[in-house]
Amino acid sequence: MAINWFKYSSPASFYSLAGKMVPIFFIAAVLLLVAGLYIGFFVAPTDFQQGEAYRIIFIHVPAAWMSMFLYLIMAFWAGIGLAFNTRLSSMVATAIAPTGALFTFLALWTGSLWGKPMWGTWWVWDARLTSELILFFLYIGFMSLQAAIDDPRRADKAGAILALVGVINIPIIYFSVQWWNTLHQGASVSLTQSPTMASTMLMGMLIMALASWMYSIAMTLMRTRVIILERESHTAWVSELHQKEATR
Amino acid sequence: MKPRHKKLAFITLGLSALAVAAALVLNAFQSNLVFFFSPSQVAANEAPIDKKFRIGGLVEENSIQRHESGLTVNFAVTDSAESIPVTYTGILPDLFKEGKGVVAQGKISADGIFEADEVLAKHDENYMPPEAAMALEQAAQAQKASMTQ
Repeated sequence: MAINWFKYSSPASFYSLAGKMVPIFFIAAVLLLVAGLYIGFFVAPTDFQQGEAYRIIFIHVPAAWMSMFLYLIMAFWAGIGLAFNTRLSSMVATAIAPTGALFTFLALWTGSLWGKPMWGTWWVWDARLTSELILFFLYIGFMSLQAAIDDPRRADKAGAILALVGVINIPIIYFSVQWWNTLHQGASVSLTQSPTMASTMLMGMLIMALASWMYSIAMTLMRTRVIILERESHTAWVSELHQKEATR
Repeated sequence: MKPRHKKLAFITLGLSALAVAAALVLNAFQSNLVFFFSPSQVAANEAPIDKKFRIGGLVEENSIQRHESGLTVNFAVTDSAESIPVTYTGILPDLFKEGKGVVAQGKISADGIFEADEVLAKHDENYMPPEAAMALEQAAQAQKASMTQ
């Protein structure tokens, strides 16, 4: 039996589907977060160079990964919305931006806290750090641009162009540690090489990354639902929904 | 101009704007961020002598000398080919050790000594428990011993 996936590209049916999925992703996020933090703080061994302080990696690296992934996903949906004029994709892009900005901020913040004891500085104008800061400004810029334009369809289009132009920054962040002599060390985990960390440490980090995924999906669905209600408030199905809620 | 041509012109314009933006960003990164030079590059006069710059490498074994009074410390930064003497007054980061990575910012004086005003520790991307690190070191020493025999 074929499922008609396009049914869910209509805001009304996506609204109810997303409503059912949010709790599932939230529960998964909490369970994975607890497991990941437990492994990170109690199971994973002490590092030979950095002692206990390296444990901030369990937040720093998943947050940094997520900040880049979310940007790509945001730009993808914004681009789809721009190309095919689909309302829902643009709404999803708008919904991703705050979570992306949050993870970027987390990556910068935990990186700064980690840099002080290990490198001896809170901040350097290093290629990795600077390009990640630019990513933060891109998220903020995307949100401000959309907030500054009253007509939501025009706001979607302007935001999409900004998001697509900003994609150029993602490979710069990722490869900065290879292209330049940076203070930031190279990647411990990559697609092409075996990871350069103990397996328990890696496990903790991957579980934390999975938890971040679940959290991001839940938040995006939740925020998309709010945006749908806002933008479709003039339609019949929203007022019907409103009445149903009121009489319940 | 037909609408189709107009659209094509827009896309071409957009793509070229994107390419220019990328080139500008990369160029700005290359010239504005403080990157480090290796001791070999400094020896080959590739580093700016009249400006502040950074050198990066390993702290040479048995090169750290602390002055009896105060926080001044002398050490050498090496990339195993060349070595640059460095003097620094201030607090060193925890990971600063002989044989470990370091990035120092400062100027080179007339007598060839690098006067640093900031010393940062650079660590690698390897994370492992101390036992594993010890085992690796022992294996390396055993290999060295068997090579010299």
